[in-house]
Amino acid sequence: MYQTVYHRASSVDEAVSLFAKGSEAKFLAGGQTLLPVMKQRLASPSDLIDLGKIKELQGVELSGDVLTIKAGTTYFDIMQNADVKKAIPAIAYLTSVLGDPAVRYRGTIGGSIANNDPAADYPAALLALGAAVKTNKRSIAADDFFQGLFTTALEDGEIITAVSFPVPAKAGYEKMRHPASRFALTGVFVALTKSGEIRVAATGASQTGVMRVPAIEAALKANWSPSAIDSVSISASNLLADIHGTAEYRANLIKVMAQRAVAAAG
Amino acid sequence: MGVEGIGARVVRKEDKRFITGKGRYVDDIKLQGMTHAHFIRSPHAHAKVKGIDSSAALKMPGVVAVLTGQEIVDDKVGNLICGWAITSKDGSPMKMGAWPAMAPETVRFVGQAVAVVIAESKNLARDAAEAVVVNYEELPAVADVHAAIKSGAPQLHPEAPGNQVYDWVIGDEGAADAAFAKAANVVKLDVTNNRLAPNAMEPRAAIADYDSAEEHFTLYTTSQNPHVARLVLSAFYNIAPEHKLRVIAPDVGGGFGSKIFIYPEEMVALWASKKVGRPVKWTGDRTEAFLTDAHGRDHVTHAEMAFDANNKITGLKVKTYANFGAYMSLFSSSVPTYLYATLLSGQYNIPAIHAEVIGVYTNTTPVDAYRGAGRPEASYLIERLMETAARQLNVDPAALRRTNFITQFPHQTPVIMAYDVGDFNASLDAAMKAIDYAGFPARKAKAKADGKLRGIGVSCYIEACGIAPSKAVGSLGAGVGLWESAEVRVNPVGTIEILTGSHSHGQGHETTFCQLVAERLGVPISQVSIVHGDTDKVQFGMGTYGSRSAAVGLTAILKAMEKMESKAKKIAAHALEASEGDIVIENGEFKVAGTDKAIAFPMVALAAYTAHNLPDGMEPGLKESAFYDPTNFTFPAGTYICELEVDPGTGKTSFVNFVAADDFGRLINPMIVEGQVHGGLVQGIGQALLEHAIYDSNGQPVTASFMDYAMPRADDVPSFNLSHTTTLCPGNPLGIKGCGEAGAIGASAAVINAITDAIGKNNLEMPATPDRVWRTIHAA
Ligand SMILES: Cc1cc2nc3c(=O)[nH]c(=O)nc-3n(C[C@H](O)[C@H](O)[C@H](O)COP(=O)(O)OP(=O)(O)OC[C@H]3O[C@@H](n4cnc5c(N)ncnc54)[C@H](O)[C@@H]3O)c2cc1C
Repeated sequence: MYQTVYHRASSVDEAVSLFAKGSEAKFLAGGQTLLPVMKQRLASPSDLIDLGKIKELQGVELSGDVLTIKAGTTYFDIMQNADVKKAIPAIAYLTSVLGDPAVRYRGTIGGSIANNDPAADYPAALLALGAAVKTNKRSIAADDFFQGLFTTALEDGEIITAVSFPVPAKAGYEKMRHPASRFALTGVFVALTKSGEIRVAATGASQTGVMRVPAIEAALKANWSPSAIDSVSISASNLLADIHGTAEYRANLIKVMAQRAVAAAG
Repeated sequence: MGVEGIGARVVRKEDKRFITGKGRYVDDIKLQGMTHAHFIRSPHAHAKVKGIDSSAALKMPGVVAVLTGQEIVDDKVGNLICGWAITSKDGSPMKMGAWPAMAPETVRFVGQAVAVVIAESKNLARDAAEAVVVNYEELPAVADVHAAIKSGAPQLHPEAPGNQVYDWVIGDEGAADAAFAKAANVVKLDVTNNRLAPNAMEPRAAIADYDSAEEHFTLYTTSQNPHVARLVLSAFYNIAPEHKLRVIAPDVGGGFGSKIFIYPEEMVALWASKKVGRPVKWTGDRTEAFLTDAHGRDHVTHAEMAFDANNKITGLKVKTYANFGAYMSLFSSSVPTYLYATLLSGQYNIPAIHAEVIGVYTNTTPVDAYRGAGRPEASYLIERLMETAARQLNVDPAALRRTNFITQFPHQTPVIMAYDVGDFNASLDAAMKAIDYAGFPARKAKAKADGKLRGIGVSCYIEACGIAPSKAVGSLGAGVGLWESAEVRVNPVGTIEILTGSHSHGQGHETTFCQLVAERLGVPISQVSIVHGDTDKVQFGMGTYGSRSAAVGLTAILKAMEKMESKAKKIAAHALEASEGDIVIENGEFKVAGTDKAIAFPMVALAAYTAHNLPDGMEPGLKESAFYDPTNFTFPAGTYICELEVDPGTGKTSFVNFVAADDFGRLINPMIVEGQVHGGLVQGIGQALLEHAIYDSNGQPVTASFMDYAMPRADDVPSFNLSHTTTLCPGNPLGIKGCGEAGAIGASAAVINAITDAIGKNNLEMPATPDRVWRTIHAA
């Protein structure tokens, strides 16, 4: 009843057709979410289609003002990548504080955003930077991609192939780590785009997953500095509350992390 | 001290196999025809078991049997026992709720087993377990101590009205009241000692193998004390008489107390292996560990301390509620009583102490000894009180401690313990110097300018180790004696095997025990091996816990060594035609003192076994054994000082420095001692900042995985600054006190005292999570 058939796809097309053949197939990337869930018997896919060996899903490209990270690139490779460090150092930093070394060696950006854990780090970066999620079928704006807890715009069998980030003028990320899991208890990504737009996204905080923070965006628009956020008030309603952080604490963290992210962005 | 003798930093012999993956743990053992067990556990904190339908499961592939709680009761396997009888203040015995190995009628905590599937593989057993239908009728549950003692609370056991296990007192209430009546100042404090999940790296496991021809059982198990396991399984659980039951505890990956106890899974594996006629293996997973390994701590305490006008303590009153969970685990009753309240005098002269401890049943995992067992709770309470008192009396916390230190030894406390030796000023001085205590105010001011709240916290702990004098603990209700045994076997070629009743599951006995032999005989430790953990090899032993293995176990080895050496000297004297009194042992040789006449130790051994030329009437062979019963507890003590910063924006704590000045008596291997202190400190810091086993009000565990239960990681703790001040323990010939638990006993108070100093508030519960600290800072 918990048996699964393992397939190693060599191209996106092959992965798509393997998926269509399975009765309840699932793509496997780094396996850092999917495998623990299977071990706990909370998921039992009929077929596992491993995307790990697909060349076209690997690597980073910097072309003009767009940084493209292919979906199957591991956190470790992202962190080490010279183009990432040059174009958007905040992404390299975010990746360096994601999980632990074992997770970073296996986990992928595609797996992270497909999963859309409400406390995951990458969704904040995508949303704040106004990234585009590329799939085998289309391009989806980050604003449309993340649709609540563990929910995305992806259709059944759709494969994320890459994420394209417009290179910002300034960007920063700060995260208060969850003491046990080390996901984001609350993490805030701030970005000032080259066209002067300010976008701020918070993860780990809201009951509905990653979210923009308009109040902080407005404050920063008036004055791009940590102190501009001092007077912002964040409501605790609709924020997550659990044994590691009350809603009021998370509301505070949204402010404090945003201030520190602005300071880090320079 | 030789290069491998006492005091040498010898690299651990056992690490080669651990580091190269050659350790042999229970789960590594595979027996011919072995089956696998998977337990069906209650998802409810409190429920009646109305029926179990295993018909579908029995038809599934590879299923050998599905066995239930009713069957184990019908087969007269005994209920689990609690080995230390505590008497309430009204003279009544503690109230024991019946605890069958699998629940036939009522489950009382989430994770309690009701049935077991035995199958050809672990996964087949797990598959079939999903097909077993258990019909529960849910009952109201209670998880919190105060809720459990309220009238109208759900009742767990008919034997224990009001969910009360006992209401026990110690000390002189009249004297304490008189002290408070005359007090110049009284300091009051409420503290909670948070519940912890022990989380040894290796989960518990057991393999039971029944031989029907011999009617003999072999049990491989993750135990800190295989002989105690055999005794209890034989004497109380009716598994088999002792000579028909062999218990082997091979390599064990950590215990911290949780592997002292004999658990239902081992009993079921033994019973089931006879029933199915094949070996039965069970290896717990991490979730089962969170749900079923005995938890630690969980006290709620109100305490008051009386001071005279000179800031001398005149009295102490303590009232503690101890949450025992759903059942009384093997040594649970002793932990909040004789292992806790007897240490409430701390390092201080306190003329009058009175403590009351109320043990309470709740619908949670049973609670028992966990690294420190009672002493961390006592030390935390006293050191929080001292810090609070210093603030209230407006004196320096270190100075207040100094004013009250015990300086004359031996010292009889009002709560049974008689401290044999110590120098509390010495360890306080060492720690204050190491942390530059005098320079703290300047550092605090500088941190303030950087927007950080800096604090310093002192903790002067004392604990009782080397448990324990058998007669003394017997008079207090213990069901066993707490001596240790040893045997020294010299082989004909002069190599030596030491058989010990102590059990190593991380302590490094295979190295330290050899160092004693190297010290005495001058032979290299490669010539010595340590044999432990098998009831067929070692005659008896009480095992390893309570930092007892060096003070008690090694002393037993010393006694056996002395006997062996005495015989060897006679043989050497005979061979060298000298008188026995002139023989000295040097560098592996038996010498006639002051001459160059000598015989190498291997030749003495060979002579013992060839027996060609032994003194008249001497038996051949060279093998001696000894039992050693300590005369007193030992009293490791020391001072920990923690300096840290709190980020007011997030409530997050960062360590600046952590110094530990311990007095453990003689150190056998300072490197191993440091490792023990590091591990203990990390657990103490883990309790202070991170760890908390939480239940919701219905008794559902909220922290049953590492995603929710925060274990300390390397980057959560500082690099420790360790030092030692030494007073030798007069109670044993080696002068050893013990070092295994000190870190866990002393660290938490230092951390909380430092945080409360930093944020300027006295009340802060553990774990001091960033959220909690931030809320405390901003509370009105
Ligand atoms: C101990 C631990 C700590 C962690 N800490 C953090 C943390 O601090 N921050 C954080 O953000 N995350 C953290 N994670 C989660 C980690 O980032 C996961 O790796 C990530 O959520 C999933 O990525 P993956 O590549 O492992 O995907 P998998 O587990 O292989 O897959 C996850 C899901 O995504 C789908 N999927 C994968 N790739 C694609 C694709 N290209 N197209 C479409 N669907 C796809 C899969 O079908 C599956 O449903 C942690 C995980 C662990 C185990």
